[in-house]
Amino acid sequence: MVQATTRSIEFPAREFHGPAHATGFWRTYVFSTDHKVIGIQYGLTALCFLLLGFFLILAMRWQIAHPGEPIPLVGWFLEKVLGSPASRGIMSPDLYNMFGAMHGTIMVFLAIVPLAVGAFGNYLVPLMIGANDMAFPRLNMISYQLYFLGGVVMLASFLIPGGAAQAGWTSYSPLATVIPTDGQTFWLIGMVLLITSSLLGSINIITTIVQLRAPGLTWMRLPFFVWAQLAASFLLLLAFPPLEAAGIMQLMDKVAGTSFFLPTGLAVGGATAQISGGGSPLLWQHLFWFLAHPEVYVLILPAMGIVAEVLANNIRKPLWGYRTMVYAVLTLSFLSFIVWAHHMYLTGMGTRISTFFQTTTIIISIPSVILLTCLLMSLWGGSIRIHTPMLFALAFLPMFGIGGLTGLPLGFAASDIQLHDTYYVIGHFHYVVAPGTIFALFAGIYHWFPKLTGRRMNEFWGRVHFWCSFLFMNAVFLPMFAQGFAGMLRRMADGGLSYSARISPGVEGTLSDFILGLNNYILWAAVGLGLAQLPFIINLFWSIWRGERVQGDNPWQATTLEWQTPTPPPHGNFLRLPQVYRGPYEYGRLDEDGDYLPQDRPPVAHTR
Amino acid sequence: MEIAYTVHARPDTGVYNAKLGMWLFLASEVMLFGGLFSAYVFLRVGAPPDTWPQGWLNVPLGTLNTLLLAASAVTTFLAWAACKARRLDQFKLHTGLTLLLGCIFLGIKGYEYHDKWTHYELRLKDGRIAEGHLVGPKSTAEAVVLKGRWVEDRRQLLDGRRSRGTWQELTIPRADIDRMQNYAPRHNTFLAIYYTMTGLHGLHVLGGVVVFAYLWGPGSRLWHVDPEHFTNRVEVAGLFWHFVDLVWIFLFPVLYLS
Ligand code: HEM
Ligand SMILES: [Cu+2]
Repeated sequence: MVQATTRSIEFPAREFHGPAHATGFWRTYVFSTDHKVIGIQYGLTALCFLLLGFFLILAMRWQIAHPGEPIPLVGWFLEKVLGSPASRGIMSPDLYNMFGAMHGTIMVFLAIVPLAVGAFGNYLVPLMIGANDMAFPRLNMISYQLYFLGGVVMLASFLIPGGAAQAGWTSYSPLATVIPTDGQTFWLIGMVLLITSSLLGSINIITTIVQLRAPGLTWMRLPFFVWAQLAASFLLLLAFPPLEAAGIMQLMDKVAGTSFFLPTGLAVGGATAQISGGGSPLLWQHLFWFLAHPEVYVLILPAMGIVAEVLANNIRKPLWGYRTMVYAVLTLSFLSFIVWAHHMYLTGMGTRISTFFQTTTIIISIPSVILLTCLLMSLWGGSIRIHTPMLFALAFLPMFGIGGLTGLPLGFAASDIQLHDTYYVIGHFHYVVAPGTIFALFAGIYHWFPKLTGRRMNEFWGRVHFWCSFLFMNAVFLPMFAQGFAGMLRRMADGGLSYSARISPGVEGTLSDFILGLNNYILWAAVGLGLAQLPFIINLFWSIWRGERVQGDNPWQATTLEWQTPTPPPHGNFLRLPQVYRGPYEYGRLDEDGDYLPQDRPPVAHTR
Repeated sequence: MEIAYTVHARPDTGVYNAKLGMWLFLASEVMLFGGLFSAYVFLRVGAPPDTWPQGWLNVPLGTLNTLLLAASAVTTFLAWAACKARRLDQFKLHTGLTLLLGCIFLGIKGYEYHDKWTHYELRLKDGRIAEGHLVGPKSTAEAVVLKGRWVEDRRQLLDGRRSRGTWQELTIPRADIDRMQNYAPRHNTFLAIYYTMTGLHGLHVLGGVVVFAYLWGPGSRLWHVDPEHFTNRVEVAGLFWHFVDLVWIFLFPVLYLS
């Protein structure tokens, strides 16, 4: 029997005011307070940044593979826009550093997080919990605008004299402070805007989930995606402010001449710097990683949420260990606050501190493994439907697995001594974020596209997109492990040439021709990866207007509330306030018509 | 379109949306100031020997400011209670007092900043060191006039507690000066963190004052439409203000007394 186990709480009746009243173009599409419009704004902006971040790295990969050779096709353009750092179309080390810093910054703060939380969270959370909008719609609009502004500041920094920030996405001081250009100042101001934006966004998402759940939607009936968003929002809420504090201090160092992160006796360019000194470079790293480790879970948790939804829908059975997954996510979020210094084993912070952080790092891999195991076990005995969203969701599992497993050797200080700051680290985290998170985001786009548009994306080109992406992703990132083992360092503008056997033949420990040659091979794999996105981009826009129409509002026969709305959902989302009777994944039920029971379908009082 | 629980509390969580939102915001603020306080501890513990000053700040003024903020905590509470009792006049009175107290606090803080900003350390070419306040009108292109004192050793500058009584006017030819620097953030790590933390706190006070001014003035129109909604706004603004007070309760001993 399907028994509603709502606690007896009186929920005051909510009135429903009919869908969309006529508003002008600006209020509807630009200054909208509707969470769905804002979600789409986030999504489109973030996809543009994703593409831009990719182009930056493509130019860098050219330089890595062919140091000092003019960049084909776009070299002249770079010279025109950026001037001397790209003179004769050649990427100077300065430009390489600029692109490197901005690639990381754009990908993390302007592409993936805004896509995962800003777009998916905004669009889906209110729908999934049966709310008519976010708790604070105007705040929601403001957080998008701040994000947009932050992006503009970051982009503008390319055009100022001296160009953008050059000290990596980690912006370690003193390097970040002493580079004599204003790029870093722009970076910091941009970050303050982005931090404020994500702060407002996370407050909004948490309040919405806590306050606006439909009657009957108890905590353990929330779709896993909503839990993931809740956890990610808490991470954003609590981990970003210390970086904001650090950002303010670095800004003071930069513009007010303080020495928060500048040690006594610092020499710049051969001369002692005119500063008071007494600051600590380590302090920046602590504050930065206190944010940035939780941040990597902000990158991965929403992705797991998406995968869980797509998977459950396409295996046609409940997720295996839903409760365990919820507890694992909560544990993971908590633990992610006490592992940050595993990024700092080699800074000389002391072995006792290292020991503590090694321990917590290994402990945190337990809930990660639990999550992955639950998702894998869910496949067992399912009647699996294979199509593009499911392919991406399935591919997420092994890719995230590789990313997570390669994290373990980094978690031990002893092995990290060899691997730190090499291409192995690049391989590790890209496996988690690129074929991991980005694949999950693709799965989500293909999966929810019919809800947004009433049309389906083309299946054939979707599969082309998937298989090519899958192939080239691995072709790009797998060789990096080998390069890292061989000792090739990251952030070298010549791709390791100066340390190679080509420059110093016969010297012990130099990079072999094979290892160095992988750079060229990775370049072409990256070009392939870029081309593989063409079917996606065309498919996305073509399908908005021309895609095959779906039948009904619930083409995937899904149980969760976002599918129990008109398509696309009107302003206010639901025609009547939903009442929830059951958990999120009532699939594979043979006692009903169809094999699934939507969360809001009233239980039939049938005899059993 | 109406969002649920904007005014009334949700039965099972016991709060209305804005209140939860404010608590979450304050949680992030705890982390923000927590980051700065941790930085303070980190920098102070790691400071090279004989570089961390003591007693540089004006304790009586700091105490006065502490009392002002404490009093304003009471008036914000009374303002909210007045709303609960449906007394707009009382609300206006108490919020007016809060505004006044907040502004005096900022005024005093401004005076303290000015006092530090015009305080100079002069190193002469012969190695002597002078400190004191610049006497602007008397200083010329040839000489600097300070109301201050001579010290033998830079370390003597670090203890600000015992020096004030002995200050007199010093006239120092500019030609003799090697380096002249005011007590701005860049002067040393203590001043850097002092300005940063109190500055950020001051911005929060300013923000609170603006919000209260709005509620006192144009925002109070909502009272006549929906007094309960208005009362909620006063409560939420009050929560924020109490947090700002609380931060000062930590800042005062950490910066002024230790
Ligand atoms: C599950 C177990 C994981 C472990 C044990 C782990 C461990 C580590 C360690 C120790 C490092 C520092 C390596 C070094 O610099 O020497 C590192 C780097 C990194 N990890 Fe992980 N990681 C894990 C999962 C993840 C996940 C899920 C993500 C993101 C979604 C992630 C993203 C990153 C990033 C971005 C870096 C590099 C940051 C940089 O230096 O620029 N990791 N990881
Ligand atoms: Cu980490």
